[in-house]
Amino acid sequence: MMQGLLQEAPSVLNLLLFFSLTLAFLFMVLGFVTYGILAERKVMGFMQGRYGPSEVGGKWGLLQTVADVLKLLLKEDTIPKAADRPLFILAPVLAFTPAFLVLAVMPFTEAFHFADIGIGLLYYMAISGLTTLAVVAGGWASNNKYALLGGMRAAAQMISYEIPLVMSVIGVVLFAGSLNLTEIVEAQSTVWFIFLQPIGFLIFLIASVAELNRTPFDLPEAESELVAGYHVEYSGFRWAFFMLAEYVYFFAMASLTTVLFLGGWHPVFGLDFIPGAIWFALKFSAIVFLLIWFRVTFPRIRGDQLMEFGWKVLLPVALLNIFITAIVKQLFFM
Amino acid sequence: MIRTEEMLLNVGPQHPSTHGVFRLVIKIDGEIIQEATPVIGYLHRGTEKIAENLQYTQIIPYTDRMDYLSAMTNNYVLCHAVETMANIEVPEKAEYLRVIAMELGRIASHLVWWGTYLLDIGAVSPFLYAFREREMIINLLNELSGARLTFNYMRVGGVKWDAPDGWIEKVKEFIPYMREQLAGYHDLVSGNEIFLQRVKGVGAYTKEDAIQYSLSGANLRCTGVAFDLRKAEPYSIYDRFSFDVPVREAGDAFARYECRMEEIEQSLRILEQACEQFPKEGKIMAKVPKIIKPPKGETYVRIESPRGEIGCYIASNGKKEPYRLKFRRPSFYNLQILPKLLKGENMANLIAILGAIDIVLGEVDG
Repeated sequence: MMQGLLQEAPSVLNLLLFFSLTLAFLFMVLGFVTYGILAERKVMGFMQGRYGPSEVGGKWGLLQTVADVLKLLLKEDTIPKAADRPLFILAPVLAFTPAFLVLAVMPFTEAFHFADIGIGLLYYMAISGLTTLAVVAGGWASNNKYALLGGMRAAAQMISYEIPLVMSVIGVVLFAGSLNLTEIVEAQSTVWFIFLQPIGFLIFLIASVAELNRTPFDLPEAESELVAGYHVEYSGFRWAFFMLAEYVYFFAMASLTTVLFLGGWHPVFGLDFIPGAIWFALKFSAIVFLLIWFRVTFPRIRGDQLMEFGWKVLLPVALLNIFITAIVKQLFFM
Repeated sequence: MIRTEEMLLNVGPQHPSTHGVFRLVIKIDGEIIQEATPVIGYLHRGTEKIAENLQYTQIIPYTDRMDYLSAMTNNYVLCHAVETMANIEVPEKAEYLRVIAMELGRIASHLVWWGTYLLDIGAVSPFLYAFREREMIINLLNELSGARLTFNYMRVGGVKWDAPDGWIEKVKEFIPYMREQLAGYHDLVSGNEIFLQRVKGVGAYTKEDAIQYSLSGANLRCTGVAFDLRKAEPYSIYDRFSFDVPVREAGDAFARYECRMEEIEQSLRILEQACEQFPKEGKIMAKVPKIIKPPKGETYVRIESPRGEIGCYIASNGKKEPYRLKFRRPSFYNLQILPKLLKGENMANLIAILGAIDIVLGEVDG
């Protein structure tokens, strides 16, 4: 649909339509962030034997996140005296821009797809790597020792886990024969890649949790050690931007997992009278729930163990997976 | 050529994982700790000096505020010291109430430790589970003493209040519930691979080190020394109960974890027996003069608090106030080994080691 709009002869209507759809999508993502946070708090509350937000906006706390964001926007904007001012201001922007950029290639349904580029997967990996810069910049610019430690940890972690993340999807790419995300989904119309690539899926899941800096890999913001990690000096809307980036990535990563391994918009058991968008949303929600579940259950892994696990376990297994995938494909699918 | 330098980092006194106002000045090279210097005293209230101007009964509320997580044992150690000095016979019923209160306090204290330790290590949920159960204990003790944390329950010669109707039954009901929850804790945490990696082999020391540094409680028993004052020098009526002293050999954070978790089970066993034997009739206070004047002399008694050996030394010159009063506060002594343990460890282990010692700052600073 979007592709069609872009390829038609330019007209005012075209432009308006394209921009209004983008805007609608932006609000959808922001809506996810708002209610994703609420859902996370509610699920955590449920698992921990408490209520979670229940005061603001009815008994389900529907306006809690809205109120939180409003509070953040109204807060005083503080920049530490000794901070590197331009970099300090730039870091949150750097963090959240790539988070939104990666969403452009995500095929939510056959029609709802902003940029159908041939190297969609590569684009996602490349752009999402930029966030590391923001985290290091934010940690360094704050001129705070805890922030610096957090920033360094984040950089080390995100770089080490990007490699197994990329390696783990090569199996998928081999089977689909394309880096285009739409074609990857199309290739799963009969069998999802989670069944063809179980090892790949596991590695991808672990590495993606590490990329998202979520428990058990939340070292960069390990609150019990580093207080808050790289964003310890940030407050108000700048801090909100970091959080926003984090949750948009959460959205993007859950979408990507759905696209790569869970068959995107394809229905289960041939129940194709239910629209693809709903199937996508269901699979997506399952991933989101899984990640929240992780957060409730696991303790945090230690830095050196994290590195060891990434380089000595995930990477070799991912390489092995590529090798096996190639052989299997050569033998059975050619 | 990259120029690297050591960084001086202040951990605390305002830091989420120092369990209060503890400050640790560390020199780090990257994330590796070269040197750690604990700085204490932010919560010093001069309990011992204040006590010199107070009558013995008036000191009891101050002991509540030392180790505020198990105030009952602190109450007891002071009363026990005065009773020993003045040769006061405590009625049996009062002793049973004291033991039940102390053991409930021990469980509550270990629950707080368990929850906060896992919070330090990054798991959020155990904290809430632990506090759910602790809340029940606190409610029980609240019914008994009228306070949730600073009980001020024991008196020289007995206890202030008798157990309300049906209270013993409530404690009895709590025991199987706690056992069930404890099994759940083990399911959730004790076998978790990430948790084991974080605590196994971390902060290990030998039996000799532990004794040289005068460690006590689980910090000592984790090295294989089966020293529990409830068994070694039975005070109160502890000789009437059968229970084991949990001991581990490894001396690391996980051994301390296992010791404490097993101590909860043993405390439940003691509670079970104490509730069974609890005398229905009897007095809760001995005949004690209004103003207690222990004879001239000095005495030292020690008991097993959840954190280790808590002792109370009183020097009396026959007046109604002590001439000198000193508490041996286990957290303070247990903390001494910290700089040695931290050398060469990284930041994440700092938290795991400090947490495993189980300090309460009110007690460290006195």
